[in-house]
Amino acid sequence: MRTLVIADIDGGALKPATLNAVTAARQIGAPVDLLVAAGSAKAAADAAATIAGVDAVLAAEAPAYEHALAEPLAALILSLAGGYTHILAPATASAKNVLPRVAALLDVAQVSDIVAVESPDTFVRPIYAGNALATVQSSDAVKVVTVRTTAFEAAPATGGAAQVRPVEAAGDPGLSRFVSAQIVKSERPELTAARVVVSGGRGMASGENFPLLEKVADKLGGAVGASRAAVDAGFVPNDYQVGQTGKIVAPELYIAVGISGAIQHLAGMKDSKVIVAINKDEEAPIFQVADYGLVGDLFKALPELDQALGG
Amino acid sequence: MKLLCAVKRVVDYNVKIRVKADGSGVETANVKMSMNPFDEIAVEEAVRLKEAGKATEIVVVTVGPTSAQETLRTALAMGADRAILVQTDAEVQPLAVAKILKALAEKEQPQAVLLGKQAIDDDSNQTGQMLAALLGWPQGTFASKVVPGDGALTVTREIDGGLETVELKLPAVVTTDLRLNEPRYASLPNIMKAKKKPLETVTADSLGVDVTPRLTTLKVAEPPSRKAGVKVPDVAALVDRLKNEAKVI
Ligand SMILES: Cc1cc2nc3c(=O)[nH]c(=O)nc-3n(C[C@H](O)[C@H](O)[C@H](O)COP(=O)(O)OP(=O)(O)OC[C@H]3O[C@@H](n4cnc5c(N)ncnc54)[C@H](O)[C@@H]3O)c2cc1C
Ligand SMILES: Nc1ncnc2c1ncn2[C@@H]1O[C@H](COP(=O)(O)O)[C@@H](O)[C@H]1O
Repeated sequence: MRTLVIADIDGGALKPATLNAVTAARQIGAPVDLLVAAGSAKAAADAAATIAGVDAVLAAEAPAYEHALAEPLAALILSLAGGYTHILAPATASAKNVLPRVAALLDVAQVSDIVAVESPDTFVRPIYAGNALATVQSSDAVKVVTVRTTAFEAAPATGGAAQVRPVEAAGDPGLSRFVSAQIVKSERPELTAARVVVSGGRGMASGENFPLLEKVADKLGGAVGASRAAVDAGFVPNDYQVGQTGKIVAPELYIAVGISGAIQHLAGMKDSKVIVAINKDEEAPIFQVADYGLVGDLFKALPELDQALGG
Repeated sequence: MKLLCAVKRVVDYNVKIRVKADGSGVETANVKMSMNPFDEIAVEEAVRLKEAGKATEIVVVTVGPTSAQETLRTALAMGADRAILVQTDAEVQPLAVAKILKALAEKEQPQAVLLGKQAIDDDSNQTGQMLAALLGWPQGTFASKVVPGDGALTVTREIDGGLETVELKLPAVVTTDLRLNEPRYASLPNIMKAKKKPLETVTADSLGVDVTPRLTTLKVAEPPSRKAGVKVPDVAALVDRLKNEAKVI
C-alpha cells in the first residue's frame, strides 16, 4: 500500500487544507507521498517537504498546472497513479473538480468528502446534507478519496524532511484554456481555517450592512461567511457561502447573524465548537443548534457587540 | 447546438430525512421527491440557450425507477424537447451514471452535456467530471455563467477564492452552480404539452453498461445531534458567557 496526496496549490503557494488531507492519509497506515503540481513548483514543494509524516514530495511543473485546469492535471495524476493504492485530496473546489476525473480514468469510484477512516478500504462520509453518515467500503483496486478538512486535524507543517523528486509533466490535452480569475483578496483569515467565523444572512438586508459584521469579525480575528440567501442577493461574493453546497467550516466559535438555519446552512457549520445565533425570530431553527441564542434585532446587537469587545 | 441534460429524482430539499432504524439507509418511502435543484438549473440553462437561438434541441435523461418519469416530465414542461428514462430499480452510483451518460452521448451526439454539480442526496459531486473524463471532453464545473462562442463555451466557475473563467472546446461537459440562473416554474399549459412530448425508456443493459456498485454501504447512522443551548438576554450576557463559560474569546 502507498498513498498519494494531491496538494492544493493556489498561486504557487501550498494551501493549509493539504495538511488535513495528510492526516487522513496517515490514518490509512501506508507511506504518504505528496504531489505538488504548479506553474512553478519550488516554493510549494519546499513547504511540502517539511510537513510531518510525508515520505516524498513529487514536484511537477508546467504552464498547464498554473491554474489547476482539470484536464492536464488529471492526466498528470493518472500518469503517477501506478504506484499507489490510495489517492487523496482535501475536498477543496480544485480537488472536487479534478479528482472525479482521475477516478473515472482509473475506472474506480470516488469516495467524496470523508469524515473518518475506518480501515484502508472503509470510510465514513456525510450524505443528505450531513443528516446521515454512511460507512462505505470500496472494492476498487485504487481508492480515490476527498477529505473533509474540518474532520481531521492539520498535520504539523514542520518537522518533516521529505525528499523532493521532480516528475515529468504529462501531455496537455489542450481541451480548455484559462481566461481570467476574479479573486477576492482579503486580509482576514481564510473561512475554512479561521478560529472564529461570523456569518450574515438575508437578515443583513444589504451588502452595505456587512461592515457591521466585519468589525466584529476583525475584533475576534475571524473570517466572514454568509448564507446562500445573502450570496444570491449579491450582498457578498460566492466564496463566502457556508453550507451543504458551499464551504464547510468548524471553527471554535461560529456566530450566525440574521440566518434562519436551513438544513443546507447547518450542514456547513454544525460541527463548530460553540455556536452563537443572533436572530429577531425566536422560532428560527438556528436556535436549535445554538449554544447561545440572542433574540433581537441584529442592527442593535452588532454595534453593541462591537462595543463590548473593546478596542 | 444539441444539448443533453442529466436530471436526478431526489428527496425534496425541504424534507427532513430520517435514518432507518436498522441502519440500512434513509427512509424514502412516502417522502416528497423532486428534481435535484442543481439539475433544474441545468435544464433552465439549456432552455434559455434554446430560447436565445443558441441551442436547437434539448434531450433530458434520468437513470432511475419508473417513477423518475415524473422528473423527466417536469423537465419537458420547463422546455426540454424529448426525454430518455434509463430504467433501473438498483442503486446506480456516479461512475455507472457517467458510463450510461457516455453511451447516450455517443448515440445522441450532443455538443454539450449539462448536469448539476451535486445531487443533494448522495452529495457526491462527481458525475459530470467522470462523464467528461470518459468522453475525453473538457469540463466546466460549478458554472455561474455559460457563454457559447465559436466552437467553444466560455464558462465562469465558482471556486474557493472567487470566480474563474475558462474556455472549453466543444463538445464539453458543464455542471451548474446555484448562481447560474433561477429556474422557472412550468406553466399549466406547458405541463399539459409536456405529456405529449416523446419519452423513451431503455435499460442500462441495452446500453452495454455494467452498473454494479463499487461502493458498498455497510451502515447509515444519524450524526451526533446538537442540543439547543441557552438564550441570553442581551449582548453583555453573551460576551460574558463567551469569555467566562465557553472561553472562546
Ligand atoms: C440545492 C440547494 C443548496 C443550498 N445550499 C445552501 C448552502 O450551501 N448554504 C446556505 O446557507 N443555504 C443553502 N441553501 C439555501 C437554504 O435552503 C436557505 O434558503 C438559506 O440558507 C436561507 O438563508 P438565510 O437564513 O440567510 O435567509 P432566511 O431563511 O430568509 O432567514 C433570514 C433570517 O434573518 C432573520 N432576520 C431578519 N431581519 C433581522 C434583523 N433585523 N435582526 C435579526 N434577525 C433578522 C429572520 O428572522 C430570518 O430567520 C441551499 C438550497 C438549495 C435548494
Ligand atoms: N441517476 C441519475 N440520473 C441522471 N442524472 C444523474 C443521476 N445521478 C447523478 N446525475 C447527474 O449528476 C449530477 C451530479 O450528481 P452526483 O455526482 O451524484 O453528486 C446531478 O446533479 C445530475 O445532473
